[in-house]
Amino acid sequence: MAKTIVVIGGGVAGMTAASRLADLGEKVILLEREDQTGGHLRQWDRLFPNRRPGYEVLDFLMENLEHKVDVRCNQGISSVSQQPSGFSLELEAGESLPCDALLLATGFDLFDAHKKEEYGYGIYDNVITSADLEMMFRSGQKITTRQGDAPSRVGFVHCVGSRDEKVGNLYCSKVCCVTGVKQAIEIKEQFPGAEVFGFYTDLRMYDRHFEEMYYEAQQKWDINFLRGRVSECAENQDHTIVLKIEDTLTSRPLKMTVDLMVLLVGFVPSPETLRLAAMLGIVVGEDRFLEPVDEHTRSNFTIQPGVFLAGASKGPFSISNAIADAGEAALQIHEYLRTL
Amino acid sequence: MISFNLFVLPFSLGLIYLLYMIIRWWSIWIRGLPAEDQKKFRTGIFSRNFFSALKEVFLESLIHRKMFRRNALLGYMHMSFAFGWFLLILCGNIESRIYSTTHVNPPYYPIFLKFFIHDRTVLWFEINTVPGFFRFLMDFLLLFVLSGLVLAMVKRGRPKWFGMKRTTHHQLTDKVALICLWLIFPVRLIAESFTDGYYGAGGGFLTQHLGNLMVLIFHESSRHIAYALWWAYSLLLGIFFVTLPFSRFWHIPSEVLLIFFRQFGITAKKSTTSFTEVEIGACSRCGVCIDVCQLGYAAHIHDIQAVYFLRSVRDEQVNRDILLRCLVCGRCQEACPVGINADSIRLIERNMFSGSHASDFTYLPADPPQKAPVLYFAGCMTHLTPAIIRAMKGILKQAGVDYLFLDEKGTVCCGRPIMLSGKYEQAEKLVHFNRELILQSGAHTLVTSCPICFRVFREEYKLPIRVMHHSQFLLELIKAGKIPLQAFHRKVAYHDPCDLGRGGQEYDAPRELLAKVAELVEVPQDGEDSLCCGGSLGIYTISSRKRDLITHDALRNLTASQPEVLATACPLCKKTFSKHAEIEVLDIAEMVYDAMPE
Amino acid sequence: MKEFGYKVHKERLIDYDKNDKRVLEHLKKHEPSVLTCIACGSCTATCSAGQFVDFNIRLVQTLLRRGEIEPLKKEVQKCMLCGKCILICPRGVNMRNLILAIQTAIDKLK
Repeated sequence: MAKTIVVIGGGVAGMTAASRLADLGEKVILLEREDQTGGHLRQWDRLFPNRRPGYEVLDFLMENLEHKVDVRCNQGISSVSQQPSGFSLELEAGESLPCDALLLATGFDLFDAHKKEEYGYGIYDNVITSADLEMMFRSGQKITTRQGDAPSRVGFVHCVGSRDEKVGNLYCSKVCCVTGVKQAIEIKEQFPGAEVFGFYTDLRMYDRHFEEMYYEAQQKWDINFLRGRVSECAENQDHTIVLKIEDTLTSRPLKMTVDLMVLLVGFVPSPETLRLAAMLGIVVGEDRFLEPVDEHTRSNFTIQPGVFLAGASKGPFSISNAIADAGEAALQIHEYLRTL
Repeated sequence: MISFNLFVLPFSLGLIYLLYMIIRWWSIWIRGLPAEDQKKFRTGIFSRNFFSALKEVFLESLIHRKMFRRNALLGYMHMSFAFGWFLLILCGNIESRIYSTTHVNPPYYPIFLKFFIHDRTVLWFEINTVPGFFRFLMDFLLLFVLSGLVLAMVKRGRPKWFGMKRTTHHQLTDKVALICLWLIFPVRLIAESFTDGYYGAGGGFLTQHLGNLMVLIFHESSRHIAYALWWAYSLLLGIFFVTLPFSRFWHIPSEVLLIFFRQFGITAKKSTTSFTEVEIGACSRCGVCIDVCQLGYAAHIHDIQAVYFLRSVRDEQVNRDILLRCLVCGRCQEACPVGINADSIRLIERNMFSGSHASDFTYLPADPPQKAPVLYFAGCMTHLTPAIIRAMKGILKQAGVDYLFLDEKGTVCCGRPIMLSGKYEQAEKLVHFNRELILQSGAHTLVTSCPICFRVFREEYKLPIRVMHHSQFLLELIKAGKIPLQAFHRKVAYHDPCDLGRGGQEYDAPRELLAKVAELVEVPQDGEDSLCCGGSLGIYTISSRKRDLITHDALRNLTASQPEVLATACPLCKKTFSKHAEIEVLDIAEMVYDAMPE
Repeated sequence: MKEFGYKVHKERLIDYDKNDKRVLEHLKKHEPSVLTCIACGSCTATCSAGQFVDFNIRLVQTLLRRGEIEPLKKEVQKCMLCGKCILICPRGVNMRNLILAIQTAIDKLK
């Protein structure tokens, strides 16, 4: 009898793994909580580092699913339990779904910028997050302040909700740096005359083409990078934002007025991931992301046989890393099923 | 002829030594008071306050009223020892007058009366006679004290019955004195019983029967056993008296003097005076402060609680860690049955340990402010919670208040944080700077959003104008009908900030204000018993992990009734809670702002 | 090779080999959180004293780690101990104790 795999989460990792498993001849059911697959990728206009449209990758992943994978959207999971042979999922719709292996590709949430009250998100008109800005880009309309004006100075605040003990997240979210550089360039594309600043503590251009994009941002787009973390900001009468920072390279406090302040929000573990992990007895790390058996050699395995991990439920991932990781997970599951 | 036997010597010598120590230290302390306090003491002795002090000594040192309020069993235990022993001495003295042949008895005579007098003319049940009544009374009182002893032993094993979780870790002298104290009364009982039994009369309902039983067993040797026991009794008393000044029981004479000091209006100063020394001596190491300390039960730090801190000061063993590792939340002094201001003593001691940090703050600019009837001082921390500032600006505008935002562009610290390091002289410079600014503005009211600033403005600034926390000011505006509000029905738990509640004695205004914009839910520990959020500026040496444990402890308490919103009235509390709270955390100013119609 | 190095004016040079690390050692013991500073500068940006005077509490930590104690002596005196920096520090450095502990360590050297 053919074995069944349930992939939980229809984001980049889940879609990739599901289609790979189907290619390997396995019977796959992909469960997605929302009304369509795509996950966070749907919120992206263009992707780093080459600023290609996000839909190209999304379309590729969607096409791979078609006719091969049983994709079920709007499927929340009420509970999951281990059975003598495999697992049983109780869906919110009332259905019971037995399976032989599970892949948790439940992804992440974006850090809630309200938690950094000193940055004024939700308080000041012209403080937005990188996710808000990406949606503005996607809408195809010109970026404006809340008052409808073209911004002449834009500041990008790095590490919002990441590397920050004060919100309980010590980890680096990895992709915000490069996102900030990408979005800074995109602002300059729209407003060549605008001044754009990136306020950073460390710029982590860790992957291929990232550093080159940083170089391009400086050389071609005249984007300023100012080393220091914004401590707080205030709103002027005209709704511009005054921010405070130490220019650590001159060792002096610096004050700057910007028309738009963009908070580069990081990754946080999603409550849904933690709920499922608790039901399945999967180890959660101190950073509250899921812990594989061995982060180098068995990074898709959990301590529960038959439960696998892929993507950003394990921590911050870029799209390309998530695709690679999910492909590997599919192979591991395929091998596992042959041992049953 | 004066009755005498060698065995009375240990008791007598011990008593002389103890009286010497008490007189010596009382006079050192009284003479060591600052001149103004000495004057208060002199006038106090000849005023009505002397009698109020006597009354308080009776209620607190003998009856232990505050202990009773805390826990009836605990109160009874303390009362039976203190009041019971006091009555034993008092009634023993009266009883001894029946038999004495001299005008003045030596002090040991009533204590060892049964050894010297064997009155066979009255039997134990003849309580309608004067001697018979006293025998009954003395046995009854002894039983009363012994019941306390039984409870004291039970308390070791079952502190929970006495409303306590942990008990104090005692030192050697404390243990010696305690063992003596525990043995004194059973030994007295047996010594009296043996004597009464041997002579066949002289005892009361308890001692006589017990004595008769002893004689049945020990026959003639009862006399020798009795004599040995009288020696033991005297020795125990003697040792207890000699160790008392070096043990926790030194609190007894210290507390008496402390009560007089307080009744005469003498208070603690910002540096050590005799008042502080008497307060330190008055700690009975009962350990009530241990259970209420969040650093202990929530953050597993068990060596810095007020009882250990005060002991370390008395033994001159104080160290930086004990001093600086304290939230200064005031919970221990709220619970202290003796009312010792452990927090202010700690600040005095900190002054000596926080290094020679000494800025003159000459760099502060001297720009005179604009004139305004009302000043709004947000405070340093409030600049990190801009939602509070937005709310305050919005409300003040709506209410038409003519105000000046004093620290909008930049804040000079109010001085309390530096005071918490004990450096009053340094803080004084900041106080002076801000005070001048405030006075120059010509304002009649100063409003602040920060309870830390609020407390120091009220306690140290000596301003001739109204000082209000924004909860008080906003309530006043609402009552004057200046802020239109629409009713909200969100379930809100209110957190009392330490410096507004225990520190500023303002519990009602925030609640009254919240009741107008939300539905207040019950919080198990609130008001005077409210918990610290963990963000305290009072503590210097703590890791953020330990702070988190305290925050979780406070949140557990605050969310007990499943509120939708956690409201507080302090930017520091708000920021601290926001890190861990799963529900929305709002300042009361924000709640009011949100309730104003668009 | 003993004389290898820069021929620059002594006061320009951080002579790491000769600098006095005792204050740092004291701090490692009494306020180890100082080791976690990533020099983001948010403490200095928010600093109440730093608005008025040349006081850089981020730099204090760096100087401490280099063993540059002479400038430290003057720097720590400027702090108001208000604690705003603690509220903002992404690494949980306990700045108020840092200031007091540096002072204590410097006092000990005397």
